[in-house]
Amino acid sequence: MNKPYTLPDEKGFYGEYGGQFVPETLMQAVKQLQEVYQKSQHDEQFQAELAYYLKEYVGRETPLYFAEQLTDYVGGAKIYLKREDLNHTGAHKINNTVGQILLAKKMGKKRVVAETGAGQHGVATATVAALMNMECTIFMGAIDVQRQALNVFRMELLGAKVVSVESGSKTLKDAVNEALRYWVATVEDTHYVMGSVLGPHPFPQIVRDYQSVIGKEAKKQFLEKKGVLPDALIACVGGGSNAMGLFYPFVEDSEVEMYGVEAAGLGLETAKHAASITKGEPGVLHGALMKVLQDESGQINEAFSISAGLDYPGLGPEHCHFNEIKRVKYVSITDDEAVEAFQLLTKKEGIIPALESAHAIAYTMKHAKDMSPDQSVIVCLSGRGDKDVAQIRTLLNSKRGEKK
Amino acid sequence: MKTLEKKMKNQANMSIIPYIMAGDGGLEQLEERLLFLEHAGATVIEVGIPFSDPVADGPIIQAAGLRALQKKVNLEQIIAVLKNSQVKVPLVIMSYFQPIFHYGVETFFSQLHNSPVKGLIIPDLPFEHQDYLTPFLKKSDIALVQLISLTSSPARIQELIANAEGFIYTVTVNGTTGEKIAFDQRINQQLKLVKSQTNLPVLAGFGVSTLEHVENFSKFCDGVIIGSKVVKMFAEKQEEELAKFLQIAKEVPKH
Repeated sequence: MNKPYTLPDEKGFYGEYGGQFVPETLMQAVKQLQEVYQKSQHDEQFQAELAYYLKEYVGRETPLYFAEQLTDYVGGAKIYLKREDLNHTGAHKINNTVGQILLAKKMGKKRVVAETGAGQHGVATATVAALMNMECTIFMGAIDVQRQALNVFRMELLGAKVVSVESGSKTLKDAVNEALRYWVATVEDTHYVMGSVLGPHPFPQIVRDYQSVIGKEAKKQFLEKKGVLPDALIACVGGGSNAMGLFYPFVEDSEVEMYGVEAAGLGLETAKHAASITKGEPGVLHGALMKVLQDESGQINEAFSISAGLDYPGLGPEHCHFNEIKRVKYVSITDDEAVEAFQLLTKKEGIIPALESAHAIAYTMKHAKDMSPDQSVIVCLSGRGDKDVAQIRTLLNSKRGEKK
Repeated sequence: MKTLEKKMKNQANMSIIPYIMAGDGGLEQLEERLLFLEHAGATVIEVGIPFSDPVADGPIIQAAGLRALQKKVNLEQIIAVLKNSQVKVPLVIMSYFQPIFHYGVETFFSQLHNSPVKGLIIPDLPFEHQDYLTPFLKKSDIALVQLISLTSSPARIQELIANAEGFIYTVTVNGTTGEKIAFDQRINQQLKLVKSQTNLPVLAGFGVSTLEHVENFSKFCDGVIIGSKVVKMFAEKQEEELAKFLQIAKEVPKH
């Protein structure tokens, strides 16, 4: 890439993707957010406050860990893990919620609303809302409420109101719909804490910028260790925020290959997957034009993944653009492959990854094998797997039962 | 001047625009319901296109859309019915942008040429992104209706009005569609402000569900859009009561 990368454009587009496809009632709010965000970028006091919370509260910087046992096992490129699982609340999500809730305060908003799939974004939002003394409502699909019961309890402990969404597929997509409806009704004193690089402009940009702390640190840390840039970056993509956070600071470093790993669920040949970029078409959902899983009439299809955090039928507009310009290669990993990688990383490195991150690990195991031992790959370990342990236990017990 | 504006300008009384969800009760009901509403006195009829993720709609319209989708109704079939409709009043399509974008904007407009569809309401296509439609709107008799909300600033209202055609749709609540008992008093001021700045008909919509609402809004604007109430009454087979309600509503004079 020769020219400096400057997207989004004025209307919030990344090539043909992005925009602000929201009801008129929300236009004032997204414009206000855009204005306040731009000002905050040059506001030293705001930046200092953000840096303070990231260091002292979130626990940054996170380590860039050389996974020697995993590397030996795979036999290929050296595998480094960017340890976002070590952040407060257990995932990368808090990088963004700290930033957005500081912005909400700056705008004089009294309440925040968010949606959550696996519960990681909900927990991160509830946590920072507690810290900043803001009222917090979290929408979560009824199915996700069941499979992530522990996170629901955590959010409630933190003082948030968790609303179980019974409409549609009862997962993340419908939680976003309900959260947007709530926002329309309360827009004058409520900020919507968007959890991924999704939604109307400027959300994809704001989330990218707040998450890019991942890639900035990884770049600096790798340069300190090796004196060169890594050969490849790998991250899982649901909405795409941890991947964008890792990729964005490397976007102009064309020698660094980047891989976004989608959830293939039960397989791309089935209808049960969440591979929006591989199998989706351009469409408008939740405020942005992006690649979306849809039927022949343009109705949005339900996504499927063992991982609640990847279970979303679209992928952030900037990822769609990266795919279009071939800056990032998007691949996919099935549920079974992710579960295998989940167990492997746990045994080899003593690190239990989130099921989302296990998708990235699974692809790394395939890809690193084909690279030479003098090459290196950084994988974003976006979150820890405590939340998934009960689900994995049930799954493995039932598999053992089948074998007997 | 496009047909839609002409039609509403000639009204001495309040313009009454009932909304129905196309395909609710089956696609075969659509023409029958259009004729029913015309007969009951509708000035214009708003036809909703079912969509899986209707973020601007409340529970009643959401449920109606879902029922239509369960019957596998799609935009192409709906357009076919509307094209051949016998109704004399203009129709307005209310759709989220995704079904139209997926169908193809150009095909959409060419299919609607010479049809009773004279207007288009797309709640999630803001003024900023209307260039997706502009080239086709210029060549057609279809008006893209601008929505103005309680949160639209005076400067933005001016900008929206400057580009408006057909009529102005003033959203009466911060929230989704649905029947409402009482309105925020700011809506009356907002309607006055909008009215004072345009010669286009100004209509109020979202939450309008009683004759008292129609009478109140008659002091501030030219008509009302009635959605959830109509959808609910069709679903509950209260056609007789619905016809009575619309017949009385259309007699409310404009102040």
